[in-house]
This record gives sequence, structure tokens and C-alpha cells, in this order.
Amino acid sequence: MKAARFVAQALLYVPLMVILGYFSTQPRFTDIAHGQALVRLSFSHAGARKVECRQRTPEELAKLPPNMRAAMDCPRERSPVKVEIEMDGRVIFAADVPPAGFTKDGASTIYRRLPVAAGKHRFVARLRDRPEGEFNYVHEESLDLAPGRAVVIDFNAAQGGFLFKG
Amino acid sequence: MSQVAAITRAGETSAPAAHPRLQAALEALQARFDRAFGARDNPWRNLGSLGFFFFWIVAVSGIYVYALFDTSVSGAHASVEAMSAGPTAGLMRSLHRYASDAFVVVMFLHLAKEFVLRRYAGFRWFSWLTGVPLVWLVYASGIGGYWLVWDGLAQYSIIASAVWLDWLPVFSEPLVRNFLTPESVNDRFFSLLMFLHIGIPLLLLLGMWVHIQRVSRPMTNPPRRLALGTLAMLVALSLALPAESNAPADLSRLPGALTFDWWYLFVHPLMDATSPGFLWALSGLFTLGLAALPLLGRGERPPVAHVSLDNCNGCGRCFADCPYAAVVMMPRTDGRRGHRQQAVVLPDLCAACGICAGACPSSTPFRSVEALVTGIDMPQLPVAELRARLERSVAQLTGPVKVVVVGCDCAAEVKALAGPDTTVLSLLCTGMLPPSFIEYALRGGADGVLVTGCLPGDCAYRLGNFWMEERIRGEREPHLRPTVPRERVKVAWAAARDVEELRRALASFRAELSGLGSMQGKAIRRLARQEVAVD
Ligand code: HEM
Ligand code: SF4
Ligand code: SF4
Repeated sequence: MKAARFVAQALLYVPLMVILGYFSTQPRFTDIAHGQALVRLSFSHAGARKVECRQRTPEELAKLPPNMRAAMDCPRERSPVKVEIEMDGRVIFAADVPPAGFTKDGASTIYRRLPVAAGKHRFVARLRDRPEGEFNYVHEESLDLAPGRAVVIDFNAAQGGFLFKG
Repeated sequence: MSQVAAITRAGETSAPAAHPRLQAALEALQARFDRAFGARDNPWRNLGSLGFFFFWIVAVSGIYVYALFDTSVSGAHASVEAMSAGPTAGLMRSLHRYASDAFVVVMFLHLAKEFVLRRYAGFRWFSWLTGVPLVWLVYASGIGGYWLVWDGLAQYSIIASAVWLDWLPVFSEPLVRNFLTPESVNDRFFSLLMFLHIGIPLLLLLGMWVHIQRVSRPMTNPPRRLALGTLAMLVALSLALPAESNAPADLSRLPGALTFDWWYLFVHPLMDATSPGFLWALSGLFTLGLAALPLLGRGERPPVAHVSLDNCNGCGRCFADCPYAAVVMMPRTDGRRGHRQQAVVLPDLCAACGICAGACPSSTPFRSVEALVTGIDMPQLPVAELRARLERSVAQLTGPVKVVVVGCDCAAEVKALAGPDTTVLSLLCTGMLPPSFIEYALRGGADGVLVTGCLPGDCAYRLGNFWMEERIRGEREPHLRPTVPRERVKVAWAAARDVEELRRALASFRAELSGLGSMQGKAIRRLARQEVAVD
């Protein structure tokens, strides 16, 4: 191979090498700005049935085909789960989380990242898993969040409601 | 509208209509690299084979680092760090990363080049369509690899991927809930990640194998010099900038400022800036758009090769030379004695390049049969028609140095070179020319034959120019007889934009020929005395 060609090839390899190497590491990526902390709200919770089960009257039963005469009428649709996160007296997140599934009979699931300034904060988490009424789960907690901390707010009714983790 | 070959005049096809501006830009770019690499070693002509090459580098370095990897949540990060501390393991780790990055780059360049050349259309639909899922498999392989390091980058990437997948209404329990707290990730789960990172690349390899099923003799190895050059580049990069990890993953903390492989992971910030639904829509549209392109290029397909059994002796040369595996050899159906096989064309695979006609021993113009019919022929430009045209045009040549230029519809347009002392013959592909036609032209009174076509490695039908060169050099059947004076035959490949260069090549050839004297009288008689074997 002629020397000139060798040099020319090397000159073409170098920019490719630089581009490959550069974008393989740079520019650095920061998910959430320095000095902030992160609250990760996540739960998977099935809300109550939208309509309560109800005893069918004898007349109603008579109208149904014989193989469908179940004594209870239980529409499967669930209520959305209403959730609210308050920080230092201000609501920073609120949502009606719809039930999953085509027939809306699945659990309501959510994953939401809430970046907050680092420091001491008073959190109030509220949740309602019934079609109507007041929030039936409320949890208050004060956290001192160092910069870069990531805490999780989970919910588990069997364990008593909201769980602050991490 | 057929993109492959639009019928322009009766029995003739025009060059494939590519995206003309883009194609010109691509050719200009390739020409620059030609100066440094030469046409054959030019990376732009070897993008697919470079893809295979990088895959193998990733595979070999991957096996090496796997042997040193600790498949556990607590041990993974430390074991990868330990690799970086060792010279060989560190090099392997870096090669594993940079070859993966280079793989993405050549894949997209290959895709872009095939797009510019409209290689999604017509008979190539299979290669195109089977290329599309490879993009997904490459990304799934690469992104999954970053999870195994279990550093801050892995943490960010796996959570972003889970959020993206959770957008699909298929998981009853969101995947992202597996990554809420440090305790939620266990060793069993880590084994699953390892399994994915081995399984998906194996699927990719299978996909790559399927991808090249419709081309015969696929170029899956780059030329040696190019392979060595790119390997040297990757090693140099690995030594200059060894791959490093970020700090260990800790799900109770934000990962901070991360060194970030944008080649693979750009999808995550893109999703953060938009939404999971947007990223699904974008990747879905990209995929469906690519997959639908072959439909655009559908339409009239040019007539495919046709076998004349009476003129086929079953030699298998067409089978050997067909670039698209469109000829198969089958047991004889006509009971002809002495011949056990016959050529059969698979019309769906045929690219209508005519290379088979150039390969067939029955294509020799010296046959004294009444009507020249060859074993395998193109209805749009039969060999008999080719001979008639050649005879007619050579007879009309005037001037001291008469030249026949044989070119093809896909490369530099030879029509521009025609003149009183130059006749031109544009074939479907230069590989369609039976070499005996060169001798036939010289015996008919031409002083020289100039053969042109796409640059090496750039043949629109992949192999036409290779075969032609080998036939002229006498290394491939049917060969140009050694008695044909080689100084009267010149090969000058030229891309579509190189007409002027071709004109210069013709002028210098003519000057050489004028020094040789005319191909009249004695020279022709000498050539004619060498018996031509006629089937
Ligand atoms: C993993 C990445 C890929 C690899 C390793 C790869 C490799 C190859 C190879 C080795 C060939 C044969 C080249 C030859 O011998 O002439 C080829 C042909 C081809 N590839 Fe790919 N490919 C990849 C992805 C793609 C993608 C994403 C597309 C487009 C969507 C694509 C479209 C094509 C087409 C259209 C051809 C046919 C070229 C022809 O008929 O001349 N490939 N590829
Ligand atoms: S025309 Fe080309 S693709 Fe078709 S059978 Fe002949 S060599 Fe093969
Ligand atoms: S090259 Fe010609 S003779 Fe040989 S198998 Fe093909 S068609 Fe038959």
C-alpha cells in the first residue's frame, strides 16, 4: 500500500474514531438537576367496584335466561383511584388514576416522578379508592431530603395504606 | 411505476430510478473515499459486511467479558470495574462497547445507502423487509447490555425502559415497580437480564442470517485491509478512551451526571422530553414506514430470465453466477441424454440482470445456428438481438480507430460516447456480456472493446462487474480466449456521475489503439485461425 494512501485512510479513520468515542460518553446526561431530590409515586391498587353488588329481585331473575340466573348482580367496573400529594401545604400532584383493562376492572396503577428541592419538607399523601366521599387514606410525614435522594411513596391497603420508602 | 427498470423503448430498460440528488451526493462521497481506500476497500461499499464484522467483534469480546462477569446484584458492578483494571479485560470491555457503537453507525449508514439507491423496491423487498427488525434487535441488545453494569446509567436506563414498556396495556403489574427500592432487585432477576443479553443478540444473528438469504454469496466479511483498518481503529479508541462505568446503582438515590452512550440510549432522554406514548408512536411510525416502502416501489416488474431447454446443457454456470440465487439446477425433464440437469429460474427471486445470459456457454455469437437462442436469456434484450445490434453497428463504424463500448444501464451512461468511430452497447448489467462477444466484435472489424459498468463493490446487481473482470482475466467460465489480444480490451468502471472520466478513458484507449494499428486483414485472420469451440 502506498504511504499516501495509508495516511489518507488514517485521516479518515480518525474522525470516525473521535465521533464514536465522543458520543459514547459525552455530553454527560443529568436526569434531574443537581441539588434536587426526587419523589417517586408508584402504586398498583384496585379501587372499589363502582356499583355495589346487589341482590336481584325474583322478577328480575325470571326475566333472565335460566343459565344466567345469578342471585347477585355485580358490575365489574371499578372506581378510579383518586390520589393527591401535598408538600409544605401545596398540592404538587393530583390525579384520578383509571382502572386498567378493557372492562375497567383491573387495578389502578401509576408511576410518577416528582422532582422537589432538597431540604426539609412536610408531605401529606391522600387517596380515595371508592367512587365517592372523602379521602379514605391519609398519611403525613416529614422528610429531610438530601440532594440526590430518591424516595418512594407506595400504597398498600393490606399494610395500612401509604408507605414512604427509601 | 416500476423503480427497478422502467421500460423506455421497446425491449430496452432504463437505469433504476434512484433518488437522483441523494444518489449523486452518495457517489460523490464514495468517490472521495475511493481515493484513500480504493473502490474495493471503500467502507461505503462494505457497510453490510462491516455490520457482520462488528457483530463478531462484539460476540468474541462479549464471551471474554462474560467469563469475568459476576451475575449478581451485589457483584456485577465490582466485577466490571475489575475488568477495566486489567489490560486485556479492559481492552475487551472497551472493544465490546465501541464495536457495538460502530455496529449502530454502519447499520444506519447501510440502511440510508440502500434507501438512497431505492433498494426497497421490486425483487429486493425481502432484503429490505428483513432488515427492519434488525434495527430493533440491535437496540434491544445494546440497551440491555448497559443494564448489566448495574451502575447509575443502568439504573436510569432500566427504569426508563420499564416506563416505556409499561405504556403498553399488557402488564398487569407495572414493570417499573420492580425498581422502586434497592431490595426490589434480586439475583434471579439479574440472571434474567443476562439471559436476555445473550438471547437477543442470538436472535439478531438469526435475523441477519435470514436477511441475506436472498443474495447468493453474500459479502459477510469485509475485505481484509478494511477489516484490519477498522479493527485497528477500535483498538486505538479502546486504548485512548477505555470504557468506564458510572457509580454503582442505588435506587434510593438519583444517579447524578452520567457518562452516556448516545448511540443507543438517546431514546431515553427523547422519551423524557416527550412521553412514552410519543416514543412508541415515533418508533412505530419509523418501523411501519420502513416496512411499507417496498409497497411504494411495487408495480411492473421487468421480464425475468427464461430458460430454453434445447440450448441448456446443465453446466450450472448460470446457477453459479446468479447474484440472487434465482437459478436452481433441477433434474432434467426432457430426457436428453448426457445431460443430467437443467437450469430453472425462480421468477420471484430474479432481478432481471441478465448475468446468467452472459454466463451461459450457449450465448456465444459464433454459433452457426440459424437463429441464435441461448440456454438462459432475457426477453427484453435477447442474446440474438445483442449480436444483431453489434454486427449492425460495427459495420457502420468509420474512422481510423473503431471502438465498441459495452456498458450497462445502471452506471455511467455510455450513449453519450457514441460517434462515427464509436458504437455503444448498453446492457442490463455489464455481467450480461458473454466474453465471446468481445472477440466477435474484434473479428467483425472493431479495433478495440472498452468494457464499463459500476465500480467494484458497487454493481447494482452485486456481482456483475466481478464476474466480468474474472472472465476477461480468464479466471472464470466462460472466459475470454487467451488468443484475444488483451491490449485491445480495456476495462474502465465508472459510476453514473463519471461520464467525463469515462470519456477520458476512451480517449486514452483510442490513443493506445492507434499505436497498435488497425484490426484489419492479418490480425483478424490470425484470430480467426484459432478455432472457436462451439457447443
Ligand atoms: C444488523 C444490521 C444489518 C446487517 C449486518 C446487514 C447486512 C447485510 C449484508 C451482508 C447484505 C448483503 C450485501 C451483499 O452481499 O451485497 C445486506 C443487503 C441488504 N440489506 Fe442489510 N444489513 C443490516 C440491516 C439492514 C437494514 C436495517 C436494512 C433496511 C431496512 C437493510 C437493507 C438491505 C438491503 C435492501 C439489501 C440488499 C442489497 C442488494 O440486493 O444488493 N439491511 N445487508
Ligand atoms: S437475470 Fe440475474 S437474477 Fe435473474 S436469473 Fe439471471 S442472473 Fe439471476
Ligand atoms: S449456463 Fe446455460 S447451459 Fe449452463 S445450466 Fe445455465 S442455461 Fe444451462
